[in-house]
Amino acid sequence: MADYPLIDVRHLNKIYDNEGVITQVLFDINLKIKSGEFVSIMGPSGSGKSTLMHILGLLDRPTSGEYFFNGHNINELSDNQLANLRNQSIGFVFQSFNLLPRTTVLDNVKLPLLYSRDKRKMDERAREVLENIGLGHRLYYLSNQISGGEKQRVAIARALVNNPQVIFADEPTGNLDSRSGIQVMQILQALNDKGTTIILVTHETFTAEHAQRIVKIYDGRLVSDEPVVNRRIAKENEFLK
Amino acid sequence: MGEELKQSLSLAWRALMSNKVRSFLTMLGIVIGVAAVIIIISIGNGAQSLILDQLKSFGKDLVIVLPGNSDEGPPSEAMGITITTLKYNDAEALSKPNNVANVKAVVAYYQTSANVIWRDKSYETVINGVTANYFDVEDSSIDKGRFFTNEEVNSAAHVAVLGSVVVDELFGDVDPIGQRLRIKNQTVEVIGVLKSRGKVGMQDYDDQILVPVVFAQKMIAGVDYLSSIRVKLVPNADADRAVSEIEETLREQHNILKKEDDDFSVHSFQDVLDTITRITNTINYFLATMAGLSLVVGGIGIMNIMLVSVTERTREIGLRKAIGATNGQILRQFLLESVCLTLIGGSIGIISGILISYLAAVVAHLLRYQWDFVISIPALLIAVLISIAIGIIFGLYPARRASNLEPVDALRYE
Repeated sequence: MADYPLIDVRHLNKIYDNEGVITQVLFDINLKIKSGEFVSIMGPSGSGKSTLMHILGLLDRPTSGEYFFNGHNINELSDNQLANLRNQSIGFVFQSFNLLPRTTVLDNVKLPLLYSRDKRKMDERAREVLENIGLGHRLYYLSNQISGGEKQRVAIARALVNNPQVIFADEPTGNLDSRSGIQVMQILQALNDKGTTIILVTHETFTAEHAQRIVKIYDGRLVSDEPVVNRRIAKENEFLK
Repeated sequence: MGEELKQSLSLAWRALMSNKVRSFLTMLGIVIGVAAVIIIISIGNGAQSLILDQLKSFGKDLVIVLPGNSDEGPPSEAMGITITTLKYNDAEALSKPNNVANVKAVVAYYQTSANVIWRDKSYETVINGVTANYFDVEDSSIDKGRFFTNEEVNSAAHVAVLGSVVVDELFGDVDPIGQRLRIKNQTVEVIGVLKSRGKVGMQDYDDQILVPVVFAQKMIAGVDYLSSIRVKLVPNADADRAVSEIEETLREQHNILKKEDDDFSVHSFQDVLDTITRITNTINYFLATMAGLSLVVGGIGIMNIMLVSVTERTREIGLRKAIGATNGQILRQFLLESVCLTLIGGSIGIISGILISYLAAVVAHLLRYQWDFVISIPALLIAVLISIAIGIIFGLYPARRASNLEPVDALRYE
């Protein structure tokens, strides 16, 4: 284990300049997340939590301040280096799944492997992840032929296929019924138990309390950063072998 | 790399198939453009070979003498001016071996047109006054009866040899040999029928009546000049030398001292061939360029639809970037898609172009033209390369737009 945090953000600001209309979304954020943590970033809509997640996930760059991801100062990395880091070290799970339409479950999960340097045994690796997540019987279904809960599990499988260090989940239960939502939280907790860092973005206290620690954002400022006292554990751990 | 290409190809294919009608309509521009280029090149080559092959078959070692100095500008006939400087005794002078060496035959022509009447039928056709050695310079022969003799030419005999079209028009099933026709105010006896030969270039050799040249001049037209003289040389004779000997002889005949004052022009077969080749090539290139312009229009259609596609798939692009696609990989994916579009369109265009060219050749044969069905392999390769190039050129801008999207903006796009 490295002696530096996986995520280390110092005095981070984000300002949008939309045709002269200047909006500051994040103010002086300082945040450290160690490898293996399960952290919820909470805040109402418009608070800047998604922007923070995008920057932490290397999808966007800060306007000022420093961000070290796994020891790399991201200000010094090129777009292609960021793309490679996203591919190898980060997995994303989105509220709206973002699966490719008219594409099989297997091909969706293979997608990150296509952009990866290691292209060996892509089918086998994708199949293994899908079987572990309980979707071995859906490999050749098209992404629009499966249920919402299954879609989100496919998205999780896609996030996992390159064995990332951290998974960013942006409102992963937002479009799901409660039962499917619980399944997703179970999977995330099980992954965290195995050592994967999970960063969950949500506005729901119930969902956020599945984490070990909650960071609250309000109007672009980090207002609290506390461990969860009574952590919720999603029941029925039958979907992850 | 192979797997990525395979996946990109299958993705491109799916993207195109997900909107079949749109893809097809987009391709149509390329299909039509490529087909038009193929058809024009093929038909151009066919027409060129039609003209040149026929010329070559009978025109080797042929020198043509025309009235008027036509080295500059268009032929005088085109301006509606008749030049009367070429005479029958010029032809006689050219056939003397001490004037021009290596001559096999000299044929004098006087051409006009007239209404021909047999019983209650009349038919407008070409009256071609020629000398008795006509078959020495023309790729033609007698089918029935006989041709006229030297004596009949010199005595302006009232005899005629008919082309097969004239026979069909006037006589139908009746045997024309021995029948009497009226041409202008003259009565002529049909002594022979020409073997059917078909159209050569723009001229229908079956739709004419051959008469002795002196008869055509004096009795039909009332003139003393010739339309042209054809000189056939012995095989492989030096055409350039023959041309200058003919020029000298005619200058002597016409009392001309300087070349600039020539009232005639002499063209070897090679000159004519070169000129025709040059003209037909120019026309072919011009038409192919015009057809090529439609490819540019097709390319703009491709660009338009690719821009729509990039907008529609903004979220997909965002996702791909989120999971690690580089800008270059996104660029290649969209380029591949537009190249697929143009390549498929180009292939359909090539196939339909070949089919239509083939149909044109079949129709030309039905119309009695000697038409070669020509498909040049280089033209096909060029068509394929142009299709790919259009895909790249017109796909580049949309693909760059896709690759330059910010991942965050793309993911947020509604």
